[in-house]
Amino acid sequence: MWYIAGTLPNKDMGLCEAAAQAPAHVRGGMLHLADEKSIPVQRGTAALAATALLACEALGYEPPRLLLAGDIGSGAGSRALYAWLTEHVESLAPEGLTFHYLFPDVDWHNRVLMAIQAMQSAPLLVADAGFMYVAKMSGYADAYDLFTPDLGEMAFLADEKAPHPFYTRGFLLAEEEDIPALLARAQAHGNCPANLIIKGRADHIVCDGQLTATVEEPSEPAMECIGGTGDLVTGLVTALLAGKVPLCKASLAAARLARLLARHCAPDPGTQVAQLLEQLPQVLHRHAEDVLKAD
Amino acid sequence: MTALSRTIRAGLPARQRATMTSKPTDISKKSGGLLSRLRQALNGLGNGAARGISRGPARGTARGPVPANGRPASNEVSSDQGAAKALSDRGLLVFSHTGEVIKAESLLRKAGLAVEVKGPPPQLRTGCDMVVVFELVSQTLVLETLNKGGLRPEQVVTAHDVLLEPVSLYQVKHLEHWIMVRAANMKITLDKRDGRIVNISGGGCPDVPWLAHCLCGLRLDEAPEPRSLGQTLCCYSLQKAYEELRRQYPCGT
Repeated sequence: MWYIAGTLPNKDMGLCEAAAQAPAHVRGGMLHLADEKSIPVQRGTAALAATALLACEALGYEPPRLLLAGDIGSGAGSRALYAWLTEHVESLAPEGLTFHYLFPDVDWHNRVLMAIQAMQSAPLLVADAGFMYVAKMSGYADAYDLFTPDLGEMAFLADEKAPHPFYTRGFLLAEEEDIPALLARAQAHGNCPANLIIKGRADHIVCDGQLTATVEEPSEPAMECIGGTGDLVTGLVTALLAGKVPLCKASLAAARLARLLARHCAPDPGTQVAQLLEQLPQVLHRHAEDVLKAD
Repeated sequence: MTALSRTIRAGLPARQRATMTSKPTDISKKSGGLLSRLRQALNGLGNGAARGISRGPARGTARGPVPANGRPASNEVSSDQGAAKALSDRGLLVFSHTGEVIKAESLLRKAGLAVEVKGPPPQLRTGCDMVVVFELVSQTLVLETLNKGGLRPEQVVTAHDVLLEPVSLYQVKHLEHWIMVRAANMKITLDKRDGRIVNISGGGCPDVPWLAHCLCGLRLDEAPEPRSLGQTLCCYSLQKAYEELRRQYPCGT
């Protein structure tokens, strides 16, 4: 079983244990949890989870379970989830975990990572958003299997001194189109895992430490403006990994499928990610088999 | 669709950029933290059950149902090597007078924030011999709390490297009727036809989806400042992008 761990922007929602116990579903733009809570899919972890659930349904894969807590920035919900994970991850015995919007807390991150590494059969680990920040901040970024940064976040990973993207030094931000240089710098300091999907105008796929592919077409410039499109790529790769597609193949396929979805939807900068997700099953039915067959 | 992009450096005060080797050493968490306990375990002081945090795909010998995926073999190293790379998650507030430090500590503690007062590192000794140490990711909430109390620190810096500056590069893109401004990891997009914020993207702290939920659909001239709604460094990045957007797109133009 694959698990997605993250927070939802709800100050009244605590830790949602029910979501870990039974599958969630996406219908009508809403994420329906096992305890009958319904959450609008707008961006963030809800968008990642909805993408993964829709993709698994379309592709016939076992859907991931969700580890969710409400948090609007205080960190309280995130810490409740960190604590729960530290205690329960061994009994969950996950094949993989995707970590997403979580309040960066180094001490709790390290507790969770230690609990995972104490498992007999350690899961694949994917990190994006706040959890990717704290993984780098902790000094253990290379304990993970896959990060999915955008260009600005790649510059942050390359900056060995920056504890958060807000403090990324300007000379690295200015050089952010020079992916090989940023990658080499991040690798030299052990600040990234061996595999990356670097999301941008062109997506760069790093596999086993090497830049193995660049995906540029089809290109829809408006996607950069739309909140949740990065979550969509991370959701797609999560679904493919949950379906046991090998990591490098899954990374490349996720980048391609997100671009095919964008071309299908022809978005403008005001388009919302929920509008893109409405078309995801159709695009996957049409293209996924060919994309996954391709080298 | 045409795109015009450019990068802007904001007019923040230029500050020395030389690398400093001297770092504050008195700002670690009092709890001792996991890594301290881990070191104890590795030194034979613990119960021996804790394994070192591994770098690379550190895996148990039994892989179970997880596909091999062509990943390299395990490459465990001691926790101290990872800890040596770790960055402090604390920030420092620098004030010009000791009285402000004391007042700031009181205000922040009343707001429920875990802060400490420490001696400043040598690079920050400008007369006041105390700094307030806070959880860096909560920078927005810290500064808003101080602002409401009538306090403004002279400097806010990271504890890991006191010369790191907040982001000062902005990227501005024009896409037909829309304008997007990016600061660090946060982007805000406005429809120039009606002045409404249509999208907010990027970031990773938990208040980002909340901020987007609150601000998308509002006219820029009626939208509250992000820092009045959020609490984290991602919120602060968005605040910077918001301010640059207001500069690029003055109300009503």
